[in-house]
Amino acid sequence: MTTQTAPALPAHGSGFGHLMLAEWTKLRSVRSTLWSLLLLVVITLGFTGLLTALTVGQWSKIEPSRKLHIMADPVGTVLGSGIGFGQLTICVLGVLVIASEYSTGVIRASLLAVPRRIPMLAAKAVVFTAVVFIVGAIVAFASFFIGAAILHKDAPVSLGDPGVTRAVVGMALYLAVLGLFAMAIGALVRHTAGAITGVIGFVLVLSPLALLLPGSWGKHIHAYLPSEAGQLIAQAHQAPGQLLSPWQGFGVFCLWTAALLAAACILLVRRDA
Amino acid sequence: MIEVRDLSKRYGSKVAVDHLTFTVTPGIVTGFLGPNGAGKSTTMRLILGLDRPATGTATIGGKPYRELVQPLRTVGALLEARAVHTGRSARDHLLFLAQTQRLPRGRVQEMIDLVGLGDAADKRAGSFSLGMGQRLGIAVALLGDPRVLVLDEPVNGLDPEGILWMRNLMKTLAGEGRTVFVSSHLMSEMALTAEHLIVIGRGRLIADCSTEEFIARSSQRSVLVRTPQPERLTELVSAAGGAILPGANGALIVTNLDAPRIGELAAGAQLVLHELTPQLASLEEAFMELTADSVEYGAQRPVGSEVTP
Repeated sequence: MTTQTAPALPAHGSGFGHLMLAEWTKLRSVRSTLWSLLLLVVITLGFTGLLTALTVGQWSKIEPSRKLHIMADPVGTVLGSGIGFGQLTICVLGVLVIASEYSTGVIRASLLAVPRRIPMLAAKAVVFTAVVFIVGAIVAFASFFIGAAILHKDAPVSLGDPGVTRAVVGMALYLAVLGLFAMAIGALVRHTAGAITGVIGFVLVLSPLALLLPGSWGKHIHAYLPSEAGQLIAQAHQAPGQLLSPWQGFGVFCLWTAALLAAACILLVRRDA
Repeated sequence: MIEVRDLSKRYGSKVAVDHLTFTVTPGIVTGFLGPNGAGKSTTMRLILGLDRPATGTATIGGKPYRELVQPLRTVGALLEARAVHTGRSARDHLLFLAQTQRLPRGRVQEMIDLVGLGDAADKRAGSFSLGMGQRLGIAVALLGDPRVLVLDEPVNGLDPEGILWMRNLMKTLAGEGRTVFVSSHLMSEMALTAEHLIVIGRGRLIADCSTEEFIARSSQRSVLVRTPQPERLTELVSAAGGAILPGANGALIVTNLDAPRIGELAAGAQLVLHELTPQLASLEEAFMELTADSVEYGAQRPVGSEVTP
């Protein structure tokens, strides 16, 4: 028996590009990635079509104030109708890309290959964010065209209107950062079910709870919650009564994500794998 | 070369590894022996930088694992617990690891062929039998053509054919001048493959010597004697400093004296001997004897066992 030594191996040298390539291989070689992204497309486009069609169908019965709101920001209405449901797939996928490494034990192989650890997480973050951004952009533009076509009689909107293209691209940005946010929580919790519960809690449960708080407290806390702030980027402009502008809101969301990622990096290096 | 210096690890109040110091040299298979729960896997995880030690250092070729650039080209590891995503194919698992080390893609197929994964390489790793999983683990360990191999219980769960394959592989790897450090809780397995042994119990070093020396040192040198005049022999042996225990069917078990000496004593006193047989403790017995005080989950409380703080 021989063990086939490999004399022709290329020279040493660390390369972040190769770590990204490895993370891409990991991402594409499990089924959960494809299924989650397919669900993102189907759910988002489905609810965009359904909810905007319902709005148009009920147009004569809608309260005037709600009508004004829709006409002032049709793109926000269109994008907001699908994203609320579609985003959950990204919450799950973001957790899975890291927590499944812990549940299956592959994290040990990953860390033996990249013992400094943070480059592994960084490469994963870059690749995953890029993939979600690209798929998110396709979904965002498709949502916009479907919704705009349905709404065009009552609340016409086009990509050339002020803030509209930014809002559509903003939805892709929001989804990409949301993926990163979920990944950071997955890396902190290291347990798939627990981390998914945590992310969904942040995204779905905290915001109605915050609104129950008395006075302006609740309003302020609500505005600065990660997903509430982050979704503002998918509006054409700041609505009356909103505390944050689209970019401010997105900035708040990015800060949340950066803080969680920093904590994830520190613990990744400190904890036993 | 693996150097472990004053290595300790505690989990909460439990000491898993207790100030271990040893060196693993290239060119031979070094066995890492200890009862279950002795701290073998923990020591290996500390060497591989997966866990952080409480005290001490572990280096490979002079460097801590975490400082190695493209470490899979220096160290190949097979860990006891599985480290493969159940939904990913063996080929993709090897491929992503190869990519982190900038290894050519062709290396993946070479390893699949080497360990005999064949068509299974494209199936989901979750469907693998224990034996297939171990073969994939070996493929991962050898992927970067490393000079150092750290294998945690590699024959666990293998069928007889697989065990033979693994033994030959380890000897071949050591024969090529590599450092091969392999753990087991089975003395008999180590006696067949390892030239050198590092034995631990309760996280502490019990022995660090050649396998031969270990067996010789730990075997009870007793001699079975049969004679029609047991009282006379007992007097002679006791006078010469030997100890006698009654054996089965009227035999005597003599310790502290070897067979030639007993023969000479009997001849000098013109005693008839019907049997004079040196008794070698089996390897497993030798191992049990040495680690008796350090068995973590023993059936009985070992006498004089220390309570770890």
